[in-house]
Amino acid sequence: MSERLTDDDVKKVAKLARLKLNDEQIHAFAGQLSDVLSYVHKLDELDVTGVEPMAHPTDMTNRFRDDTPGRPISVDQALANAPESDPPFFKVPKVLGDGGGA
Amino acid sequence: MPIDITQQSLSGIRDAIASRAVTAAAVVERYLNRIAALDGAVGAFNEVLTQRAMRRAELVDNGELRGPLAGVPIAIKDNICTSFGKTTCSSKILGDYRSPFNATVIDRLERAGAIIIGKTNLDEFAMGSSCENSGFAPTRNPWDTDRVPGGSSGGSAAAVAADLCAGALGSDTGGSIRQPAAFCGVVGLKPTYGRVSRYGLVAYGSSLDQIGPITRTVADAAAMLNVIAGHDPLDSTCADEITGGPVPDFNMGLGTPVENLRIGVAQQYMSDSNDPAVNDAVSSAIERFEKMGATIVVVDLPHTEYGVPCYYIVATAEASSNLARFDGVHYGHRTARPNDLIDLYSASRAEGFGDEVKRRIMLGTYALSSGYYDAYYLKAQKVRRLIKRDFDNAFNQCDAIICPPAPAPAFRLGANTADPLQMYMADVYTVNANLAGIPGMTMPAGFTEVDGRRLPLGLQLLGPTFSEHKLLRIGAMFERETDYTSQRPVLSPASAG
Repeated sequence: MSERLTDDDVKKVAKLARLKLNDEQIHAFAGQLSDVLSYVHKLDELDVTGVEPMAHPTDMTNRFRDDTPGRPISVDQALANAPESDPPFFKVPKVLGDGGGA
Repeated sequence: MPIDITQQSLSGIRDAIASRAVTAAAVVERYLNRIAALDGAVGAFNEVLTQRAMRRAELVDNGELRGPLAGVPIAIKDNICTSFGKTTCSSKILGDYRSPFNATVIDRLERAGAIIIGKTNLDEFAMGSSCENSGFAPTRNPWDTDRVPGGSSGGSAAAVAADLCAGALGSDTGGSIRQPAAFCGVVGLKPTYGRVSRYGLVAYGSSLDQIGPITRTVADAAAMLNVIAGHDPLDSTCADEITGGPVPDFNMGLGTPVENLRIGVAQQYMSDSNDPAVNDAVSSAIERFEKMGATIVVVDLPHTEYGVPCYYIVATAEASSNLARFDGVHYGHRTARPNDLIDLYSASRAEGFGDEVKRRIMLGTYALSSGYYDAYYLKAQKVRRLIKRDFDNAFNQCDAIICPPAPAPAFRLGANTADPLQMYMADVYTVNANLAGIPGMTMPAGFTEVDGRRLPLGLQLLGPTFSEHKLLRIGAMFERETDYTSQRPVLSPASAG
């Protein structure tokens, strides 16, 4: 396999990744990402039949800390870095109606 | 001060302060002066925490602040959260972000009396191998300011090499502690995944990231690891006594050689395509270990060459998820006039992230997207298992593997920026330790002369999980036989430009 990504493919990925790219950037990424992906296809040389996928280097599962109340950061602290806020809320453009949707 | 304190090791500085031969305030001031004089040429620091550092030094001097690192000036990679100063990840998207909390490693260092002297530059969000991807400015290698310090912890490595701090913290997702330490001629230790808490480290690849020390000497790395290692209930992947065994005293036994030491050598790491000086340095280190009585064992790591393609799927997939939090809502940069909510996200992110970060988010998003998941992400996870098995088999035959940290010494600024894939391929000798979760340490192993400049060469030691203690002891054996860690770059304010 050594498919090349088209500009349209990259536009779709950019939309999923929430990155507003211009046509020039889309085109540059199409070339660079295609190069990287064709290199990644080196992995196809290996037969991985029956190999268990490894998501994580440790075998730990379901690790819980004690269920005791801690001290969360305050609302003021949480909002301190927000570009726009209306305490105690983060402020964003209109979401419903003509707010653009998803 | 009779001798220049900044030429001392971390332990030397600590001892001088503890014995009242020098005050902590004088030590901190001396480092601040060096930073003021020399960092213009190096560019290691994003922020110098002058006033806070001086206040903390006074606490040490009046006896209010004690501990194993009392008064020792430490620099922190700027992707580790501090509740003082800024935490930028060298990214425009974080802007003037001020963390409301300390990373666990910061709390531990400060409880041990360390003085955080500043935050150091990195490739944006730790994505890169040269520090050229910083959203602010590149850091330069103190040995040759026309060359890169490596990355992504390039600021921390350069700061240690130029004696702008006594030690530093870096983070290592695919080599980001070890490669810059090697490029800058200092010691860099990536601990076993889970040895050190990741709480407060801004996540890049969560199954790969690990914080570790960058120092002048092996003993200094042990002293810092002693303070930062151990279980943390705030990081569910951080090992406790059951999963990782008790945390040893890493200072213990450093003076004693490892008995019946078996050092593994893998042909896959000693490639003919490496810079010959790189292979020569490792070969002479192997000879030295033989002379010290070690047995050299040939081991086979057949999947080594699949590490880079595997890593660039696993790491970018995790990054695409981790970096979703930078949305222009909760913190950092927000676009000026968004059309709607989606546009607010997409435009803020496009304006705030640099090209390499965008590239990796795109690659990871693609690898996880519907229809491609099996071909890329699942496949990479299976190959990751094969890489781990290679190491498991090898460590049945040896205590540690010796290999180069990178195929070549520090390269020139701009040399690899045009071709991202070329830059990725240079990570071939470091990424596999992260994929397998094993510890790795790089340390000075010689010099090579390129274009009339001396450049450091390094060696890398890889060990089984939770074998940092042994890696440090092996490193200390080599250090005693050589004088590479005592050598310093010649830097003057005039070497700027």
